[in-house]
Amino acid sequence: MADLTTTFLGIKSPNPFWLASAPPTDKAYNVNRAFEAGWGGVVWKTLGEDPPIVNVNGPRYGAIHGNDRRVIGFNNIELITDRPLATNLREIREIKRDWPDRALIVSVMLPMNEQSWAKYVPMIEDTGADGLELNFGCPHGMSERGMGSAVGQVPEYIQQAAAWCKKVARVPVIVKLTPNITNILPAAKAAKDGGADAVSLINTLNSIMRVDYDALTIYPATDGKGSHGGYCGPAVKPIALHMVAEIARSRATAGLPISGIGGITDWRDAVDFLALGATTVQVCTAAMVYGFKIIDDLVDGLDNYLDKKGFASVHELVGKAVPSVTDWQYLNLNHVDKAFIDQDLCIKCGRCHIVCEDTSHQAITATVNGARHFEVIDAECVGCNLCVSVCPVENCITMRPMTSGTDPRTGRTITREKADWTTHPNNPGRRQT
Amino acid sequence: MASNKPAPDVHAGRLSDAEITANFADMHPPLTPSEAIIDADRCYFCYDAPCTTACPTGIDIPSFIQKIRSGNLKGSAQTILEENIMGGMCARVCPTEVLCEQACVRNAHEDRPVRIGLLQRYATDPIFRDNTSLFERAPATGRKVAVVGGGPAGLSCAHRLAMLGHSPTVFEPKEKLGGLNEYGIAAYKTPDDFAAREVEYILGLGGIEVRAGVALGRDVSLAELRKQYDAVFLGFGLAGVNGLGLDHEQPPGVVNAVDYIAALRQEQSKARLPVGRKVIVIGGGMTAIDIAVQSKALGAEQVTIVYRRGQEHMNASQYEQEFAQIRGVTVRLWSKPRELFVEDGRVRAVEFESTRTAGETYVLEVDVLFKAIGQRVLWESLAGTAQILELEKDRIRVDAERRTSIAGVWAGGDCIAGGKDLTVSAVQDGKLAALSIDKLLRGS
Repeated sequence: MADLTTTFLGIKSPNPFWLASAPPTDKAYNVNRAFEAGWGGVVWKTLGEDPPIVNVNGPRYGAIHGNDRRVIGFNNIELITDRPLATNLREIREIKRDWPDRALIVSVMLPMNEQSWAKYVPMIEDTGADGLELNFGCPHGMSERGMGSAVGQVPEYIQQAAAWCKKVARVPVIVKLTPNITNILPAAKAAKDGGADAVSLINTLNSIMRVDYDALTIYPATDGKGSHGGYCGPAVKPIALHMVAEIARSRATAGLPISGIGGITDWRDAVDFLALGATTVQVCTAAMVYGFKIIDDLVDGLDNYLDKKGFASVHELVGKAVPSVTDWQYLNLNHVDKAFIDQDLCIKCGRCHIVCEDTSHQAITATVNGARHFEVIDAECVGCNLCVSVCPVENCITMRPMTSGTDPRTGRTITREKADWTTHPNNPGRRQT
Repeated sequence: MASNKPAPDVHAGRLSDAEITANFADMHPPLTPSEAIIDADRCYFCYDAPCTTACPTGIDIPSFIQKIRSGNLKGSAQTILEENIMGGMCARVCPTEVLCEQACVRNAHEDRPVRIGLLQRYATDPIFRDNTSLFERAPATGRKVAVVGGGPAGLSCAHRLAMLGHSPTVFEPKEKLGGLNEYGIAAYKTPDDFAAREVEYILGLGGIEVRAGVALGRDVSLAELRKQYDAVFLGFGLAGVNGLGLDHEQPPGVVNAVDYIAALRQEQSKARLPVGRKVIVIGGGMTAIDIAVQSKALGAEQVTIVYRRGQEHMNASQYEQEFAQIRGVTVRLWSKPRELFVEDGRVRAVEFESTRTAGETYVLEVDVLFKAIGQRVLWESLAGTAQILELEKDRIRVDAERRTSIAGVWAGGDCIAGGKDLTVSAVQDGKLAALSIDKLLRGS
């Protein structure tokens, strides 16, 4: 049994799985259920100034479905908590008292003025909460009022607000970043420069789910109109992983603790975030789609994985894959992969053939000696991985590196010597060796 | 035979109306929308799909399933019906387990194919329910074609010809069109008068003249048709029944399975049909299964299929055989009838002999004996038709375009050599013949 205990900014939790600041963490009732189910921590749904905001009384959520109506992508237009501040503070205090071993972070969103932070931060800290998460990410509603992603999109604002908060805060401060920017690094660096102890990411992406095909309006809609929402769920995980990895590997931000968020549904998703530099992970959509019980698989799936890999604790996994992330220009152009189809596993659906034939390199047969047979033509295969991606049978098609001989496509001899774009003769700005 | 046996036990009303209704309910109930979406999602959208290759009419199965997935049911039905105008009936009666579903690559992946037949029904049911028009006629060509036989082959041919702008006339000796769809297929495979609704849909295209009650050989001759029409299509099926090869083999109590099934299909109140307590069926094809299961469904106590060879030789698919056994039918293999015992002018028992071990015999008591050992073209009723057509194994020889040996005459369905005795093959024959006729009529 690996040790799943996680220490993040000195805050301990029995496992690295926290519920993200969102509807599941809006009330003591839900949070009690989450802790009973085994969640390691929660980030309380974002508190704002009194009087509280209001929500629409129509649809707040929309979804993109895959096979069998599995939710692949999810969006919401819910705002921060719409309950009175005093109610939230009282419940936070009770929860922390009842669950001392769990991490309890409070999300907060305040206007861009120092007095607000000076007024509200001490009130929140007084509950005994373990830390604060500054919501600079919500892309809908609050951003129209100069908060949420309106702050997160301007590094100077991030730094300023983080600094105001840090000036009064005694507990650790996490800045939650918006992905609705072109480059995550200035935002992360601004948080660090403002004194934040950590970043969490990603918040949701600006999105419209679809139209109503009968009414020809945006869907979902409230009384015929809708507004863009924040997109999340499994579909956004790759975007989140990229941003997490960029922060973990960039000189200006490396070492800044990260709480990873974005589409985590099972333990493998958590491994992705942890290996790319996050120390804890936060979950919302999966809980909202399946309920809190998914924590069982998250916990023992990760536990079994750590055991299998010989890691004694979660912390040993953190950042393990970061060194493998690099810029395109440093990829070894001498390396040659070829796809290989395991004929024993092949079910002869022909998907690999038709996608290669129609859209790529004409490198997979459809018939051999008159019989339906799919095999890779090495002389055409560029190793692009498209066939692997579309094959319905896992591990039927694999990429195999050539280690010797000649690449039948290019006629070049396979070499173990590495060579990348920086020295490539076609690169006008190449390094002279 | 001992004569102290009770009187033959054949009577109607063995079961209540409710029991009979339940027994004749849809063999494969339609998919619900949820089931359809889940199954449609299992289709891999294969390249050069093996299911399509396995379909005698070449329906683009991955495309129609993709259209179910996307909610484009009308487009899905169009994809099906443009290749197979009887796609609704075929969805119910095709032995998919040996056609499209056998070819499904899911069998290799997980031994469970996509339920193509039921999906096809899901896509086409609304079209027939709402009578949605999907096809239009091309401008009239003024060319006339005689279509002999209003079964699947003839109707498919007529529909395609009408679409192409020609004017087909369907000659059907029976009162209703539909052929075996109307008179032959087991009732639980096509409840709610689907066969008639499908015929109505086909005729709804317009341009198809129907002359019911007109028989080739009796009311009209092939020579006349050739003279009066620009082309002739023969799809008169198999009206004759093969014999057992015994002496005096048709005493009362011995019934042609196809005749009884035809009566059963036309009977609105099935409890009124006389049913034997002990029923024997001789044969190993679909007709044998259908009469056996339906006898059981009507209340027969013991139903035994006797077949002269092994299970693997039966024309009925393994699925159908198992279906019969689940419904309580006993199957006895490797035996053939040797003698019928007749008492008071009625068959009372049959002696069977082993086809493997010489001299081994057994006797089964019987109230009704059904003959289901295959049908043949009833040439004797077709007044000289056989003499001018080239035959092969007693059926009409055709080429790939379904042309017979005489110019201007095409043929298809069960009456041609090499036919598979399936609705779906007959539909394909009719379609191919129509395309060939069209080519000739436009070229000339």
